[in-house]
Amino acid sequence: MNPKKEIDEGITFDTFMEGVWRQNPVFVMVLGMCPTLAVTVSAVNAVSMGIATLFVLVSSCLLVSLIRNLVPKEVRIATYIVIIATFVTLVDYIIQAVSLSLYEALGAFIQLIVVNCIILGRAEAHASKNPPLKAVVNALGMGIGFTIGLLALGATREILGAGKLFGFSLFGEHFQPWVVMVLPPGGFFVLGAWLLLFSFMRSRSATE
Amino acid sequence: MNESLSQIFIATLLTNNFVLAMFLGLCPFLGVSGRLGTALPMGIATTFVMLVASLCAYGLNLLLSYFHLDFLRLISYIVVIASSVQLVEMVMKKYSPALFRALGIYLPLITTNCAVLGVALFQTARDYDFAQSLTFSFGGGAGFTLALVLMASLRERLQLANVPTLVQGTALSLILAGLLSLTFMGFAGLGGGE
Repeated sequence: MNPKKEIDEGITFDTFMEGVWRQNPVFVMVLGMCPTLAVTVSAVNAVSMGIATLFVLVSSCLLVSLIRNLVPKEVRIATYIVIIATFVTLVDYIIQAVSLSLYEALGAFIQLIVVNCIILGRAEAHASKNPPLKAVVNALGMGIGFTIGLLALGATREILGAGKLFGFSLFGEHFQPWVVMVLPPGGFFVLGAWLLLFSFMRSRSATE
Repeated sequence: MNESLSQIFIATLLTNNFVLAMFLGLCPFLGVSGRLGTALPMGIATTFVMLVASLCAYGLNLLLSYFHLDFLRLISYIVVIASSVQLVEMVMKKYSPALFRALGIYLPLITTNCAVLGVALFQTARDYDFAQSLTFSFGGGAGFTLALVLMASLRERLQLANVPTLVQGTALSLILAGLLSLTFMGFAGLGGGE
């Protein structure tokens, strides 16, 4: 990633796809691991967390990009953190109002979006150097990539650990659930396996 | 919440270890656990900041509840943690230059450690009193250090092993962490909690 080069380029499809595929936050950069592993016990939780992060990411990147010429360089990180924390508080209250059961399932991890390295990383590396529209497109891509990553993890863990997907039973009643997959060790194992798959695919395409 | 102090300590150290059971502070856990020599100072520095942050968060929470400003909690916590890291850094530089040199580069990293914010948020969510909060943060820090040191020792041993190139890197660390986490699940029920 070379931020200086990106300034000269306009908005391309690549601005969007960078986060979805080439620099996918979960599988390629391995950022924001805490929420990734903690909330992906089920696909529903994973998607909600992904959307919450997407919202915070896009709104903070927009704001950071709008004020990028007003903030002195010395206090920029502090400013970004306050901006991010404001939007996270907003999301926290929205989720609490819309679905209390979801709020209880995600718990303190909604508030922990603040320290998700993806958001601060995007604000610092991209939004602070680019015009608003481009920053939003890039943030959207990153957020969608993050959601896809969470969904992949959440779906795998829910299928293996509970035999369900989005709460619907898949295998009938004779399925013996692989309980460890929804417990903490399963999170590490499933993410490890996904990363293995990705590095396998990369090594395959490199040799061809 | 009527948990005893020893229950809280054992829970945060072993059964509900911050890293291995609650997935807090994974970035430094995967990033700094390459060598034992760096893992231990990082763990100690984090524990120290956790204690300071927990103290500040406790006082701040009283203040915010008194003025009914609950919606400012998250914003004020993160600002307080960031500035307390700065403060710890300055105090250490003044009074113990040797320790500062040893921990120097790790201190700023701790601001973005979700375990520190996690301590502050969980102690508020569980309504811990003053002594409980301190035990919680100390146990959390000790648990973080324990996990980091264990992981670093494992990875140092692995450098001597012949690992397939495909598995090297983050994937291997994650599977190791999974095995450690599985082991720590064996402590469940210890201390009479949960």
